[in-house]
Amino acid sequence: MSTSPTSLTKAPEPEEPPVVLERPALTHGSLPRRAAPLALLAWAALGLALHLLLDVNPVVAGLVTAVGYTLLVCGWSRAVEGARKAQDRLVTAVVTSAFLVALLPLVSVLGAVLARGLERFDADFFNNSMRGVVGEGGGAHHALMGTLIVTGLATLISVPIGLLTAIYLVEYGRGALARYITFFVDVMTGIPSIVAGLFAYALFELFFGAGVRMGIMGSVALSVLMIPVVVRSTEEMLKLVPNELREASMALAVPKWRTVVKVVLPTALAGIATGVTLAIARVIGETAPLLVTVGITASDNFNPFDDRMATLSVFSFNQYATPGIPPQPFLDRAWAAALTLILIVMALNLVARLISRLFAPKTRA
Amino acid sequence: MRKTRARIAAIAVVSALALVTACSSDNESNDNGDGGTSGGNGEGGSELSGTISGAGASSQAAAQQAWQAGFLAANPDVTVNYDPVGSGGGREQFIAGGIAFGGTDAALADEELTAATERCGEVIEVPVYVSPVALIFNVEGVDELNLQPATIAGIFNQEITTWNDEAIAADNPDAELPDTPITPVNRSDPSGTTENFVEYLSIVAPDAWPHEVSDEWPVSGGEAAQGTSGVVQAVSGGNGTIGYADASQAGDLPSVNVGVGEDFVAYSPEAAANVLEVSERVEGRGQYDFAYELARDTTEAGTYPIVLVSYAMACATYESEAEAELVKAYLSYVISEEGQQAAAEAAGSAPISDALRQEIQPAIDAIAAG
Amino acid sequence: MSSSTELTHPDNQPQPPPEAPLFEKPVSRFGDRVFSSSAMGAGVLILVILAGVAAFLLVEAWPALWADPDEVPGGDGIVLYVWPLLFGTLLAALFALLLAAPLAVAIALFITHYAPRRLATALGYVIDLLAAVPSIIFGLWGLSELAPLTVEPTRWLEENLGFIPLFEGPASATGRTMLVASIVLAVMILPITTAVIREAFLQTPRLHEEASLALGATRWEMIRQAVLPFGRSSIIGGAMLGLGRALGETMAVAIVLSPSGGVTFNLINNGNPSTIAANIALDFPESSGLDINVLIASGLVLFAVTLLVNMTARAVINRRRDFSGAN
Repeated sequence: MSTSPTSLTKAPEPEEPPVVLERPALTHGSLPRRAAPLALLAWAALGLALHLLLDVNPVVAGLVTAVGYTLLVCGWSRAVEGARKAQDRLVTAVVTSAFLVALLPLVSVLGAVLARGLERFDADFFNNSMRGVVGEGGGAHHALMGTLIVTGLATLISVPIGLLTAIYLVEYGRGALARYITFFVDVMTGIPSIVAGLFAYALFELFFGAGVRMGIMGSVALSVLMIPVVVRSTEEMLKLVPNELREASMALAVPKWRTVVKVVLPTALAGIATGVTLAIARVIGETAPLLVTVGITASDNFNPFDDRMATLSVFSFNQYATPGIPPQPFLDRAWAAALTLILIVMALNLVARLISRLFAPKTRA
Repeated sequence: MRKTRARIAAIAVVSALALVTACSSDNESNDNGDGGTSGGNGEGGSELSGTISGAGASSQAAAQQAWQAGFLAANPDVTVNYDPVGSGGGREQFIAGGIAFGGTDAALADEELTAATERCGEVIEVPVYVSPVALIFNVEGVDELNLQPATIAGIFNQEITTWNDEAIAADNPDAELPDTPITPVNRSDPSGTTENFVEYLSIVAPDAWPHEVSDEWPVSGGEAAQGTSGVVQAVSGGNGTIGYADASQAGDLPSVNVGVGEDFVAYSPEAAANVLEVSERVEGRGQYDFAYELARDTTEAGTYPIVLVSYAMACATYESEAEAELVKAYLSYVISEEGQQAAAEAAGSAPISDALRQEIQPAIDAIAAG
Repeated sequence: MSSSTELTHPDNQPQPPPEAPLFEKPVSRFGDRVFSSSAMGAGVLILVILAGVAAFLLVEAWPALWADPDEVPGGDGIVLYVWPLLFGTLLAALFALLLAAPLAVAIALFITHYAPRRLATALGYVIDLLAAVPSIIFGLWGLSELAPLTVEPTRWLEENLGFIPLFEGPASATGRTMLVASIVLAVMILPITTAVIREAFLQTPRLHEEASLALGATRWEMIRQAVLPFGRSSIIGGAMLGLGRALGETMAVAIVLSPSGGVTFNLINNGNPSTIAANIALDFPESSGLDINVLIASGLVLFAVTLLVNMTARAVINRRRDFSGAN
């Protein structure tokens, strides 16, 4: 954590005593406008030059840039603007560079998926299955549909359960039961995905015999992973709805359930939609639980209650793990499937944003 | 205002639904239409239809894909699934009755055989996929390498630790061997490839390789990677690495010529298929069970002893007529010359010989409903 | 107040005066009862599912717990089988959290309070997307892009900082080390951790922020006074969510890590302890009989660890429950 723990334990409402200025002057000098960005540019140019001309490791060059910029701006600011401003600039520099550092791998992953996924990202990929395909060609139509069906069913199972549970915990839950549920939802977030898959398999094995594989089994396994995420994020969002809104509604003699449905939920809708999207995103790329429950097939099967289905993640893994010769078309399909998964989530994100923009009441100016 | 929002939402939902309910794959809707347009093999299609599922060894996955393609071209109404869950999973599901046929890198163990017999009556187990296991390496400046079995064992047992070790230099007088440390790469998941390789080492170099034979790699501290792809990636990613992998996936990496008798033999499908010729069938396992004891210590010239033999498992009797017909037709295609050739092209396996085919054909012909 | 049922506010229910028959008892509405009991039903259902999972784990793990040590893979009994895996799991996950948590807070801060609004939206979007990248892709990325990059630096670490047990070496020739596995895990948990924290930072009451600024606070002082205390429970919650994911991450670790050693803190060698989840994924396909029970027993241990982590986190959060609108 980037904050000192002592400052956190204090009661937050009354802020620290007003700052007494140490110097008689009422104002400090300030750095010229654009000083900070220009300094950053200068150091970035230096870092780039180090990397290009002197062949310094890019990581080292980046470090030089970050440290150099931070020291320069902080020192300058301390001299001109005083300690508090300097500290502020230090934190700005640290936060920004931490952000940039974090962005590097993320961009690298996205770049890799894009670069390699685009190779086979064509109409054939979406119109064809792998039925009767050897080597090149073929596609992931069957897997795309399988992923939509399996994840869709998982969402249908998880969202109502998760939403209602969160409502119970925030609006109704008092006493032991609520405490137990809160605790066990936490426990549930920790179920390893492969264990969820094995559990779903064992559950269906009881009814359908050994070796059973069905799309719905995958949905159940994913639901086990998804429900706690939905509950947790929804719970957080419902808690953030100000009590004043609930009280205002109650004061107008609106029944509690209508207060929840008409006031609390819409207020938290944007957050809930994001939470649900994140939950879907969390499970849509899961491979391990689907491997043991849904399996893989090369042909179309859109019936989640009968036999194996293909899903994008398993398809991708399968193409990577057991390629034929030459392996390149298999790897291309694997990356294209991964890219497709990312695009699906992107679309989901857009929908979530649309929902929150269309339906959420304005809460902030 | 409210209405517009609702309308937009409705449109979004409808279009999403339209996307989801889109029709089946192009390649499949053609197949299911009139068989004449896409089949094109003049037979006018077959009467077979239905779905059978198999599961098991991942080594067979690419070959199974090729077999399915070939089989479906002749029988457009049939669907064959193969789920490469691994040999152990395949055997378990086959015994439990979850799948019609299975694939396994190791023949059924005795107790498994008994359990499978309970399901099947007679169990059919035939070699369908024979593939050399290549010893791939990545050492700067070295393109060819001859190694005696004992040296191989020493390297993988981490007793020979640098590339310019005398044992290696002795067999490679012309190579410029660097003093790079050797990083042996093994499979991190239990696999038939590991079992076959370890079995080879323990038979040909029992002194240098004191470990027990199992599908799990016995030496710790080396580089371990998941699956054939992982091993290939690890070997090509490092310098001074050596690993064992299904030969078809070796790609551009050079591979070791293995000492057999007086010679050094490079892997090739023919050299690998030769091993089955000189090997003996395990006795006492039922008339349709063609499990082989591979002759790893052969000194026959032109034989590459590190091979993986993967079996197909099926039942002699199935409950339903349709299932029996399908399995019989599919496996007949798999062992046919055409099928074996298709696998050789798509997965780099070694086609089984005509003699072997004639030997195992009766086992597959015996499949019936009962 | 008259609309609330006895379920909700039993303590401060105003006593109706006896002479007013209109308010004789609190109105219990049909809709309320249906709604509250279905909400409770959903909660109970979760308990049932979890009981199912726990029962499954216990039943399947039971034979392994009492098995003859010789029959457990490795031949030393279940405890010695699981211990290196548990160690590897904890090492990888904690190191990943150590890397990811400060970065996640920084990203969330940057997006909510530093970046220009338009850029912030786009960035938030990109990071959300990364939550969706399938774990095998992170695995492949770690294997093909990240691991080779680390070969040189780890060699440098070995030569210059080799006296620290973490960098004892010998450095791996392929880079498929615990260090890389942890970095991959850190990258994987960044999006979900960041999303939770960011969402909370965004909800900081604007009035608190403005009050702080109006008193002359710099941006950092405002963040320290208003934003961080408000988001504290979410920071811990997000970190725990991330830790949970790191502990249970399967495919990426299975692909990236070279698991062939025992218990060691050595981050840059190729002989690493495996993790429980990766080990299940690697061994499960070829397992049968008791081996499966042993694997599930290791899953049970992982389950217990996560339980412990969550209990701790919940305790920390509960001790500092401020700012929630609904309490």
